[in-house]
Amino acid sequence: MTLLEALLFSAGYNAAVVALGCAGFGLAAGALGCFVLLRGRALIADAAAHATLPGVAGAFILAALAGWEVRSLPLLLAGAAATAAVAVLLVSGLTAGGRIRDDAAMALVLSIGFGTGVVLISVVQSLPVGGQAGLKGFILGQAAGMSAADARMIGLLAALALLLVTVMFRPLAALCFDREFAAAVGLPVRALDLALLGLMLAVTVAGLRAVGLILVVALMVIPAATARLLTERLEVMVPLAAAMGALAAWLGAGLSSALPGLPTGATITLVACTLFVAALLFAPRRGALAFAWRQAMLSLTVARDHALRVAFEAAESSPAAPLAWADLGRGAGWSAWQRALLPRWMEAAGWVTERAGQVALTPSGLALARDLTRRHRLWEHYMQAAGGLAPAAAHRAADEVEHTLPPEVTREAEAWLRRHDPARLAEGEVPPPGEAERTP
Amino acid sequence: MTEFLQLDLAPMLAATLACLVCGLVGNLLLLTRQSLLGDAISHSVLPGIVMGFWVSGSRAAAPLVAGAMLAAVAAALLIALVRRLTRLEPGAAMGVVFSGFFALGIVLIEVSGAHAVDLDVDCVLYGQLEALIWPAARGPGALLDAAALAEFPAEVTTLAVVLALTLLLLVLLWKELRLAAFDPDFAHAIGFAPRRLSLLVLVLVSVACVAAFWAVGSILVIAALVAPAAIARLLTNGYAAQFRLSAVAAVAMGAGGYWLAALAPGALGLGHGLNAAGMIAVLAGVLLAFAWLFGPFGRRGAARRATVAGHPAAAT
Repeated sequence: MTLLEALLFSAGYNAAVVALGCAGFGLAAGALGCFVLLRGRALIADAAAHATLPGVAGAFILAALAGWEVRSLPLLLAGAAATAAVAVLLVSGLTAGGRIRDDAAMALVLSIGFGTGVVLISVVQSLPVGGQAGLKGFILGQAAGMSAADARMIGLLAALALLLVTVMFRPLAALCFDREFAAAVGLPVRALDLALLGLMLAVTVAGLRAVGLILVVALMVIPAATARLLTERLEVMVPLAAAMGALAAWLGAGLSSALPGLPTGATITLVACTLFVAALLFAPRRGALAFAWRQAMLSLTVARDHALRVAFEAAESSPAAPLAWADLGRGAGWSAWQRALLPRWMEAAGWVTERAGQVALTPSGLALARDLTRRHRLWEHYMQAAGGLAPAAAHRAADEVEHTLPPEVTREAEAWLRRHDPARLAEGEVPPPGEAERTP
Repeated sequence: MTEFLQLDLAPMLAATLACLVCGLVGNLLLLTRQSLLGDAISHSVLPGIVMGFWVSGSRAAAPLVAGAMLAAVAAALLIALVRRLTRLEPGAAMGVVFSGFFALGIVLIEVSGAHAVDLDVDCVLYGQLEALIWPAARGPGALLDAAALAEFPAEVTTLAVVLALTLLLLVLLWKELRLAAFDPDFAHAIGFAPRRLSLLVLVLVSVACVAAFWAVGSILVIAALVAPAAIARLLTNGYAAQFRLSAVAAVAMGAGGYWLAALAPGALGLGHGLNAAGMIAVLAGVLLAFAWLFGPFGRRGAARRATVAGHPAAAT
């Protein structure tokens, strides 16, 4: 059985059922996970999922005592949903006193709920009825053993969850971004909160069968977090997370059916994690590479600004003195890679020309250098006038802000100086380009 | 008596020591609002344990503990990195990292062949308290008999060593930890390195988690970490009292939980023993409920604060 066959649903009926069921779950969990994440409760699904265990075991015991069919799926799921709901309510009850924080409440409910379940399971094992085997599998997830009925139920639930999310998109978005605002415009925030938690519970309980207790959390959190890295807009984030959840589930199910020995739920989680890592590295705005690139560009720009200022000030004081890269670099404290890159960049951009080791500013380079020097002196004077700093400190403080603050802020500082200390502003004025120009 | 020594003494001691170690360390987590870190770490150690097993080829404690420690520290650092890079909320960063680690561990178990031996998810999730027996105890005299004591389960001895280490660190760093817990900004301002201290806390939590694993399993480690501290927090405002009360709560839930699990089946007429690790968590829940209902800072505390807030004069 190859991966391609598995991905095209032609690797046999069972594999196709598993892949479709998991993908349906991934779709619903991804979409819903966005709202849960933005509501600041990413791990509530974790607490709820662990707290299903006592419900499952309790429903089994109840059925055994009442003489019903012990493996009835609806009964077990109802038990799971009931205790998970109690757990979610307990989290908010525990935090009400103000002594126990959200995180501690979730950890407590999670572990105590699970512990209660473990005890009930040990009671179940002593009951004189059959069918106990596989109860643990029920909680830990047996995606590979999913039946067509399970897959249909999950598909139905996923469709319902997606429908509700679409219908309630606006109010849910308002709830997630600004609860006070949502309440102020007359939205029923408590009911919406409960609806969101109810949907989360339904998907969590359904997911027990698809990917298992611990791995439900993965599909609730990871696709939503991945989508959050890729976009700032909720209208994009929700479908993206849903698609990512479905993709991870479909790829993971395919991989695990193609490579025997790979457990389905864990493989799906690892695929989702891989997508997250890819987004973490390559996301256009919030990704690590984009971040590193912005940092590198900033440090390069700062070094360029320093070099141009050094060149300008040298031209100001002694126009005839020759200038070499070593002077510029030493003044700006260039690192090795900046020493390699900056001269090329500055020449290619047409700010400087180099002839026989002598560096000279071009007219456009001179204009830029003048602007940069003026900006630096403006900030220096502003720091001295408004902040009362000594000249040396003002120089350092100016250097910290001038490269990153947008031009509007610089104009504001200039306006402030013009109002409060025009003499100082005039003193910092640099001569127009023509006077300081060096002839090579 | 002989039966108690052979079957119950070692697991009871292990449960008590595990709760005590975790409960004391848990105070540091609770006070710095990092309770879910226990959840994250206890899931994340799985791949480390499997790797340790894979590399060493045996269930000897040292490589497993080393692997678990490595995985725990790696997971915690990754969580911090993801948080810094993405500015996601801490819960989401933890969720991504620990579910990934746990899934990796499950896959490694299958791939490495550890499944064939008794290293499986069940043993990590539920612990194996009941497997700690001391067959060499042929009577009360065994407690003084060096040969019999040498066969005492190593898990218990390890836990005792870890407890001693934890107590030593707590005593040595008492003031520093207090400062870092209550006022990290001030600690930073007076030239302290809260970062190095929080790394130490992290390592301590990892050690406690790993040592307690074999006793109570990965999920119930979380109860042992958070419950004693939370119970104490509902009962007191003091820093030293917080640690004392949490130690009492930890001993009560560890020893009491084991005792209940061993005794309750007979009383209820069940033919089968109850899971002791689970019972410990249940007892923790009961103690927590009592503390919340009747403690000075639980439900009543909230009610009192509400009335104080209603009458501003009373507050001043």
